[in-house]
Amino acid sequence: MNRLLLCGLLLAALALPASAAFDVGQLMAGLAAHKGGRAKFVEKKYISLLDKPVVSTGEMSYSAPDRLEKRTLTPKPEILVLDKDKVSIEREQQKLTISIANQPEALAFVDSIRGTLSGNRAALEKSYALHLSGTSDKWVLTLLPSDQRISAVILRIVVTGSRNQVLGIEYLQADGDRSVMSIEPITGK
Amino acid sequence: MSGRAARSFLLWLLAMLVGAVIVWNSRFTADMSFFLPARPTAEQQVLVDQLKEGAVSRLLMIAIAGGDAGQRAGLSRELRRRLSGGPDFRSVQNGEAGSQDADRDFLLSHRYLLSPAVTPERFTEDGLRAAIGDSIDRLASPAGMMLKELLPRDPTGELVALLGTLAGAAEPASRAGVWASRDGERAMLLVQTAALGSDTDGQQAAIERIRREFAASTGGNPQFTLQLSGPGLFAVNSRQTIKNEVTRLSLISSLAIIAVLLFVYRSPRLLGLGLLPVVSGTLAGIVAVSLAFGTVFGITVGFGAALIGESVDYAIYYFVQAGRSGADTWRQRFWPTVRLGVLTSVAGFGVLLFSGFPGLAQLGLYALTGVVTAALVTRFVLPKLSGDARQIRDLRPLGQRLQAAIDRLHILRWPFLALALAAAVLLAGARGELWNPELSALSPVSAADRDIDMALRADLGAPDSRYLVLVSGDDRESVLQAAEAAGNRLDRLVADGLIAGYDSPARFLPSLASQAQRQGSLPETDELRRRLATALADSPLAAARLEPFLADLANARRQAPLSRNDLDGTHLGLAVDALLVHGSRGWSALLPLRPAADDIDASRLRAALTGSGALFIDMKAEFDQLYDDYLQEAMLLSLSGLGAVLLLLAATLRSARRLAAVMLPLLLAVVIVIAGLHLAGERLHLLHLIGMLLIVAVGSNYALFFDRTADSQPLAPETLASMLIATTTTSIGFGTLALSEVPVLHAVGVTVGPGAILTLLLAAVFVSRGNAR
Repeated sequence: MNRLLLCGLLLAALALPASAAFDVGQLMAGLAAHKGGRAKFVEKKYISLLDKPVVSTGEMSYSAPDRLEKRTLTPKPEILVLDKDKVSIEREQQKLTISIANQPEALAFVDSIRGTLSGNRAALEKSYALHLSGTSDKWVLTLLPSDQRISAVILRIVVTGSRNQVLGIEYLQADGDRSVMSIEPITGK
Repeated sequence: MSGRAARSFLLWLLAMLVGAVIVWNSRFTADMSFFLPARPTAEQQVLVDQLKEGAVSRLLMIAIAGGDAGQRAGLSRELRRRLSGGPDFRSVQNGEAGSQDADRDFLLSHRYLLSPAVTPERFTEDGLRAAIGDSIDRLASPAGMMLKELLPRDPTGELVALLGTLAGAAEPASRAGVWASRDGERAMLLVQTAALGSDTDGQQAAIERIRREFAASTGGNPQFTLQLSGPGLFAVNSRQTIKNEVTRLSLISSLAIIAVLLFVYRSPRLLGLGLLPVVSGTLAGIVAVSLAFGTVFGITVGFGAALIGESVDYAIYYFVQAGRSGADTWRQRFWPTVRLGVLTSVAGFGVLLFSGFPGLAQLGLYALTGVVTAALVTRFVLPKLSGDARQIRDLRPLGQRLQAAIDRLHILRWPFLALALAAAVLLAGARGELWNPELSALSPVSAADRDIDMALRADLGAPDSRYLVLVSGDDRESVLQAAEAAGNRLDRLVADGLIAGYDSPARFLPSLASQAQRQGSLPETDELRRRLATALADSPLAAARLEPFLADLANARRQAPLSRNDLDGTHLGLAVDALLVHGSRGWSALLPLRPAADDIDASRLRAALTGSGALFIDMKAEFDQLYDDYLQEAMLLSLSGLGAVLLLLAATLRSARRLAAVMLPLLLAVVIVIAGLHLAGERLHLLHLIGMLLIVAVGSNYALFFDRTADSQPLAPETLASMLIATTTTSIGFGTLALSEVPVLHAVGVTVGPGAILTLLLAAVFVSRGNAR
């Protein structure tokens, strides 16, 4: 009887730290459960050529697992749709559709954002080493490119969020330029 | 052999030798020109040129299946590497990264000569402020990331403007860095052969090279398979099909007819003599076509199988009918009837000469010459050669049995009339679905090949170039200027959303006038520096960062005008070559349109181009129109042919009753055969229509023999037997064509083969009672 109790206590003690520390698996599971939604975004690009950041704003919508639409409203209207392996950009009455498998740079972006939103750990780990810090309520996921072709363009991607909601994405490019996007979910669909 | 006979034979032999020499030197072809109009309109001429020599006619699509995506991509790269060497291909594309670098470099280094946005206004302070402001805004976009490093060189975004005009055509899917099918299971390549589309030998060599290099790439591993399609492959396969068919059909037809003749003649010598008119006719037919058209279509030669069956008739009549009575009596009694039959055949085949469908005109000339020659050889050469040795099988018993049968056949009159009436009602009811409305119904390309082609085309997003605008000019410069003028009008249609976009050779090779104008729009360096400083006073981009821009612009001002040679090594050069055609009628430029929806409103497009000299062409509509024209023409020709046969018979027979008696079985046979074909599921096309004409023209040969019994002696048993045998050989000849996979030959065979037999039967059924005796 005592022994059983002891075993139970021991098991409970082992289980506790696991639930306390927030790990990538849990984050991914939570993100994967998120089936989509809409959000507002503000993106600031800090470019060394320019004395001021370029700011763009608009809305994003995501539906699991592989469709992401980014609708920029300012400074110039633009619709970017990421659907499976096609990216289409519609801007100034021009529509450009490209297949992203051709473009390692674009692929890096796509994998990072789509892998995170869909909680696809395998896809993320194919191109990045993942580091998670913080808690479930306020987590920071850092993606470090493992592929040389990607790290030649992007040094680091930092995704922040709360529970299964992504709230910010920051790209640090190899040339020192960076882009910071903050995301604010639109609730109630 | 007497001296006269020897002389006749020698003359004949000489003629044959001359004929053989001509045939030996003739050019045979199995390409699409069989189907292309002999007298094209300006629009149809574009169609013809595109099919024969256009860039699209040189495209071959390749799919590699088997293994995994990585292995396929490896094979795709290897195949591209192997094919790119050597003179067979002008371009080999597989979507590999880096394969577009030459294009990009070209566009970048010539952007100020190429970009239509280059105007004096663009380089004023306001113009610069707006253009550079746009470029900065563009940096906010994901696409901007790739443009960022170009900003100091190209702050006004000329390269973006140029690339924007390139985009629009959907790019194929991609796997492991190379083009793939939509499902990703096959790697795709697109090659352009150096050989013209009309050069079937060249196409064949290119296709064999692809197969060989693929086999070498895989090391013979059967896990990987290659699929090919394109106009060149169609041409090569069609030629092979037609070649095989000519041999196969002629052999079947000859063997079957020889078997019948051996049964009748029981003498190899008579058989040989009986084949003389056939050989002469076939040879003469090819000679006539070769001399008149310059080129002999394979399909025409394939028609020989039917010609053998018909031209052998005359010798049969001669040997069987002259068997007892001798050559002179035959000439008196039977030759007029045979001659009338020859003339009706001539009327039938002769009207085809007036066809604007070159294939049909050739068939007409070939058959006409063949029949006339065979009849003349029978009439003038055969009697002298055969002498009196005409010991053939006694056909009287067969003839007598036929007589007995014919006496009973008249009871079938009402049933046949009822059958014909039912057939007529059926055909009237099915009018709408009787005809195949597609020109492709005539194409020798198999349905399986067409399906593969559609699949590969869809996977590659290959352009079908349905809509084109055509401009013409005397030289390259004037045609490029005309293309630019037409482009300006098309730009408005793009803005209105009527079309999604268009391509133009002037996009990568602008006219010298436009280039000079653009160069003249570029300000001096010092002036530009001053304007930039003002324009960028409040901009996040400091003017000082734009030194590379100043350098490029100074360079562009001194740049030599762009010529075609500057495009060498780029895909853009291929595009210009494809769209800028220098033919015998001067220069022309093609501007393929990308429809906004599925169709383009042709009337609005034509209205927009009015007065510009540019021609709007809807290739599909042209094809449909072409086929419709052929069909209308075939109807007219068939009716004319029928009219000619009627006139001929009326003039000879001089009796409405006799004319009706000859025509009735023919018309009933046509109605019954066509209804039968419809019930058997054949969709009729224009060759069936020609077949109907031939039932009348050829069938009348047999019906006529029954007629001559009306006023003179009754038909002798030998005559009846000869008619049955002659009809049999004709039916064998045409019937053999029914076995053909080539729709043109199949249609004629399947119509005339049964039609000839049925005509004889009906003529026997409706012959006046007692006349057959």
